[in-house]
Amino acid sequence: MGRFSALRLLREGLTGNRGWTPHWRDAAPQPAYDIVVIGGGGHGLATAYQLAATYGQKRVALLEKGWIGGGNVGRNTTIVRANYLLPSNQGFYALSLRLWERMEQDLNYNVMMSQRGVLNLCHSDAQRDAAIRRGNTIRLSGEGAVYLDAKALKKDWPFLDYDNARFPIRGGLLQPRAGTARHDAVAWGYARAASDLGVDIIQNCEVTGFDIRGGKIFGVETTRGAIAAGKVGVAVAGNTSRLMQMAGLRMPIESHVLQAFVTEGLKPVIPGVVTFGVGHFYISQSDKGGLVFGGDLDGYNSYAQRGNLPMVEHVAAAGVSMMPMIARARLLRSWGGIMDMTMDGSPIIDRTPVEGLYLNGGWCYGGFKATPGSGLVFAHLLATDTPHEAATGFRLDRFARGHVIDETGHGPTPNLQ
Amino acid sequence: MIIDHPLLGPRDSDEFTYLGDASLLDRPDGLGEDAAARFAEYVYMRDNPAGLHRELWFHAAGDLSWLVVTRNTATHEITAVELASDVTRARRAGK
Repeated sequence: MGRFSALRLLREGLTGNRGWTPHWRDAAPQPAYDIVVIGGGGHGLATAYQLAATYGQKRVALLEKGWIGGGNVGRNTTIVRANYLLPSNQGFYALSLRLWERMEQDLNYNVMMSQRGVLNLCHSDAQRDAAIRRGNTIRLSGEGAVYLDAKALKKDWPFLDYDNARFPIRGGLLQPRAGTARHDAVAWGYARAASDLGVDIIQNCEVTGFDIRGGKIFGVETTRGAIAAGKVGVAVAGNTSRLMQMAGLRMPIESHVLQAFVTEGLKPVIPGVVTFGVGHFYISQSDKGGLVFGGDLDGYNSYAQRGNLPMVEHVAAAGVSMMPMIARARLLRSWGGIMDMTMDGSPIIDRTPVEGLYLNGGWCYGGFKATPGSGLVFAHLLATDTPHEAATGFRLDRFARGHVIDETGHGPTPNLQ
Repeated sequence: MIIDHPLLGPRDSDEFTYLGDASLLDRPDGLGEDAAARFAEYVYMRDNPAGLHRELWFHAAGDLSWLVVTRNTATHEITAVELASDVTRARRAGK
């Protein structure tokens, strides 16, 4: 299919755009592979790409039950950031952010990576102190953050309700290198690059069971027949519990629905991503002009990919409290995605008790920004059988050992995270 | 979602707070020999089914009762609602 370049764009434009071809091969399953990755979302695709690109794996298949880009990778609010407090998390997300910054060059694909900044507002002295402390830990990790008081914020963010009687805005922590990326393009870019390196991307191929004998995995059963595999990596966040149950494993995970919303297209008004510090609310503006926003989980176990109206009202109320002008924007669409909510709010990337079966899941509602980092560290684990140095904390047995990574301090209550 | 409260009739789910899988009613014996392992399982591990799920809801904006709601997590359809106190009482009587 050839590389994308300005020259090629010009040539295709002058010759009727007849030279473009599908971005990846629609492969049929072969009888056996060295490594099978289950899940054609961002993480599975990034893993398959890294297995081929960085770890030299030749016989890799990626199985997707639907189509590429149809799951959470096309349902999130496209935010990319690395502003965590705990070392186990921040080291990993720092790696991921650095991979985001070179993704377009690595993949030869325009993912519309836009480092427009993420601003977390604070509304009290205590929140300000916590924000500054978090900012200092982020700076120590090398990812950059700056605290701005209300006066400084008013220059770029004049539309916020600074003098709200109940929740006045004192300032905010800004991470300038954070931002947004076009999520579909991330999926397509990884699929194209992985396919180019020989990975078989097999769509409409749902895994229905594992071939496990004597505690070791030999392959998977699918709706398109049995496929033998030396190793199997599971990257199906949202449905991790369902798949791991087929291997006889219980997970420290509840599946919850998270809604997202977009308004009709408006002229440019929001310069970056901004989050409310009281209710859970975050908003940015897409390049098409729609205001993309979201808030809390609905708060009950769900696999339905749609939420209910009380949370719509709650999110809209939080949004209007933070920036009253959005009360006049008209909502265009809303949708839901299924989140793997772990018992400490942090992901799991680890071996499992079944030899040859590896798990990448539990991304809660923050999986998109992790995509490139997750692909690299999971490929490292699959190829070398040892955890990547940036992901040593994300162990499956950390709960029983008492080494939870509880960023928000909520304890084992997934619906409140 | 509408939860058909056994005492108060149909109520908006927004009046309730959700806790999770009703297996949380089966608290392990803290003095048992394998208490640490069983509590790790009790606190952290979940079946998390796609389908019928028995779960605990607290009527925070109502009569402060705990309910055991049987709900389909794939469709949000609620098929049974019981008072948690009735569930535990029936279980004790059955022992």
